[in-house]
Amino acid sequence: MIQDNPMAGIGVEKLSHSVRDQIIGLLPRYPCKQAVTLPALHIVQDELRCVPFWAMREIADILDLSPAEVHDTMSFYGFFRTGEDPLGKTRLWVCRSLACQLRGGDDLLSQFCKKLGVSPTETTGDGMITLEFAECIGACEGAPAVMVNDEHRLNIDQPEKVDALIEELRAL
Amino acid sequence: MAYEPVLLGRANKADSTSLEGYRRDGGYETLGRILKEMTCDQVTEAVKSSGLRGRGGAGFPTGLKWTFLPKGHPGPIYLCVNVDESEPCTFNNRVLVEKDPHQVLEGIALSAYAVKASTAYFYIRYEYGAGMRIMQKAIDEAYAAGILGKNILGSNYSLDVFIHRGAGAYICGEETGLIESLEGKRAWPRIKPPFPAIEGAFRKPTIVNNPETLANVVHILQKGSDWFKSIGVPPDPKNPRDPGSYGPKLYCISGHVNSPGVVELPLGVTVRQLITDHGGGVWKGKKAKGCIPGGNSMGVMTEAEFDTPLDFNGPGRVGCLGLGTGAVTVFDEDTSIVDVLHNLCRFFQHESCGQCTPCREGTGWMFKIIDRFAKGQGRGEDLAVLEEIADKIGIMPGTTICGLADGAGWPVKNAIRKFRPEFEKYIQDGSSKRSKPLPMAAH
Ligand SMILES: Cc1cc2nc3c(=O)[nH]c(=O)nc-3n(C[C@H](O)[C@H](O)[C@H](O)COP(=O)(O)O)c2cc1C
Ligand code: SF4
Ligand code: FES
Repeated sequence: MIQDNPMAGIGVEKLSHSVRDQIIGLLPRYPCKQAVTLPALHIVQDELRCVPFWAMREIADILDLSPAEVHDTMSFYGFFRTGEDPLGKTRLWVCRSLACQLRGGDDLLSQFCKKLGVSPTETTGDGMITLEFAECIGACEGAPAVMVNDEHRLNIDQPEKVDALIEELRAL
Repeated sequence: MAYEPVLLGRANKADSTSLEGYRRDGGYETLGRILKEMTCDQVTEAVKSSGLRGRGGAGFPTGLKWTFLPKGHPGPIYLCVNVDESEPCTFNNRVLVEKDPHQVLEGIALSAYAVKASTAYFYIRYEYGAGMRIMQKAIDEAYAAGILGKNILGSNYSLDVFIHRGAGAYICGEETGLIESLEGKRAWPRIKPPFPAIEGAFRKPTIVNNPETLANVVHILQKGSDWFKSIGVPPDPKNPRDPGSYGPKLYCISGHVNSPGVVELPLGVTVRQLITDHGGGVWKGKKAKGCIPGGNSMGVMTEAEFDTPLDFNGPGRVGCLGLGTGAVTVFDEDTSIVDVLHNLCRFFQHESCGQCTPCREGTGWMFKIIDRFAKGQGRGEDLAVLEEIADKIGIMPGTTICGLADGAGWPVKNAIRKFRPEFEKYIQDGSSKRSKPLPMAAH
C-alpha cells in the first residue's frame, strides 16, 4: 500500500495555493518563522483532515525548518492526525472530566460508541464522524458536554439528544 | 447590599460583544484618558497599589510582576494573554471573552501599555472556537476604529494583538509551556529562572497574564485603587506576608448543583454560599459529600469544610493547595470518592508533558493504582504508596520543572487524608462501585 511509505507523494501532492498563502500571510505576526508551526498545522488539518508527511515537509520548507522539527512539535499535540489516520468530516469530542462525569459523561461516551459503532479515536465507516474523548472542554455549566469540531454543545443528557446530534452530523 | 457585577456587568446586554455597544457604555474611554494622562510606570504603580493578584491560579501580585521587567529595555517586550483555560471545571474566562471581548481587549491594551509591549499574543485553547471568533471580530473592529495598530487613539503608543490557537494540551496553560508552544515547539515548560519577565517569548522580556486579571485592570484604572480595595478580603493581620484578596472574582460552579454557571462576587465567598445562593442547591435535593474547590489541582474539600472562604488564603486553611481558578465542582453523598479521584488522576497522567521523570512516572503510577481500586483489585498497602508518590512529586518537594505535578499530588493527598475510611472500605469490599463500566478505549 502506498501509504506505508512515509515519503509517498513527495513531489506529487501539493498544498493548495490558498493554504500556502494563508500560512505565508501569518509570518509577519511573529519575529521568527517557527512560531507559525501551530497555525500552519491547523490550516493544513482544517483542509486535509490530517497532516500527511508530504505536508509536513512543505510546512518545514515555508518556515525554514527541518521536517523533523515540524514533526516533533506536531506529535506533541495529540490533536493532529497523520496521513495514516485522518479525521472524519466532523470531529465529535465527548468530555470525560469531572463535572461531566458527575452528570453522566461516561454513559454519554458509551452511548456514542454504541450508536456509532466505533471506539474513541475511531471514525465511522462512512467517514463522517470521528469520535474522541476530551479532557474538560470548558463548558461544565452544560455537563455532560461535547464538542462538534470547535463548537460546544451543552447538556447532551438524553438518549434523544444523542440520536438527534448523530443524525445532524451524518447529514452534514 | 447585593453585589453589582463589574466584570460581567455588560454580559446580559443584547449587543454585549459589539464595539458600538461597548462604546455606548463608556468603553475605551479609560484607555483614551490613560494614554493621554499617565506614563507607563504610573499605570503599573496604580495596578500595584490596587493589590490586584493574578486570577490564573497562582495569585501572584500583578503590578509587582510587571516591575520585574528589565528597566530601560530597548524592546520588543511581549504580553501573552493566557486563555488556555484548561484547568478542569473552569470556564469563567470563556464566558468573559464570549460575552464582553472589548472589555478584555481594553484590559490588554492598558496592560500592554503599562509594560511597554508592542505586541500581545492572545493564546486561546482550540476548544474555544466561538470565543476565538468573537475575539477576532472585536480585534478587527478595534483596528478599524484606531484602537489597535499604529498610534492608538491618536497617542504615540502602537500595539498589535494577534490570536494564537492552542491544540488541546493542558500544559500550554503553564506560562513557559505557553511560550514554548507559541514559539512553535512542544509545550515543555522551561526551568526557571530566568522568569519570562527577564527572558520569555522569543528570548525577550514577556509578561503572561490571565484575561480575568487584565479585565480587572480596566476597572482599577477607571474607578481607582481604593474602589478595588473596598471589595474582597483585607490582609490577614496574623500573616505579615499576605497582600490581601481584593477585588471581584468570577467563580464557576458545576457538578452536582441545580444551576451550574459563572457568578461574579467579591473574593472571599464561601463554598456553601456559592452552592446555596448561586448554584441553586445540591442536585436532586441530595446532600453534598465534598467538592474540588478551584479546579482539579487544588485538592478536595469535605462538606464540613464548605464554610471556608474562597480567597487566596481560605482553601489553604483546610489543607487545599489554594484558591486556584475559583472553580467549585460539587459531588453528592452518593458519589464514590474513589470515582472522583480516579477521574482526577486519569486527567493528570494524560496531561503530564512527560519531561520530568517524577511527574511522568508518578502521575502514571497514581492512576494505575487508583484504576486497580476501581477494578476491585485494591490492596491495603496501596494507600501508603499513593500518599508517598503524591508527596514526592512537584515543585514544592523540588523534583519537577512545573506545578502540574503539585496539582496532581494534591487531590490524592487530600482525598486519602479526608476520606480514608471510605477508601479502606472500598478496598476491603474488593468490588467495583461503578454502576457501569467505562468504555474500554476511554482510558
Ligand atoms: C499546569 C499548569 C497549568 C496552568 N494553566 C493555566 C491556565 O490555563 N490559565 C492561566 O491563566 N494560568 C494557568 N496557569 C498559571 C500560569 O502559569 C500563570 O501563572 C498565569 O497565567 C499568570 O497569569 P495571572 O498572574 O494573571 O494569573 C497554569 C499553571 C500550571 C502550573
Ligand atoms: S512537572 Fe510534569 S508537566 Fe511539568 S514540566 Fe515536568 S513532566 Fe512536564
Ligand atoms: S468537565 Fe466537561 S466541560 Fe468541563
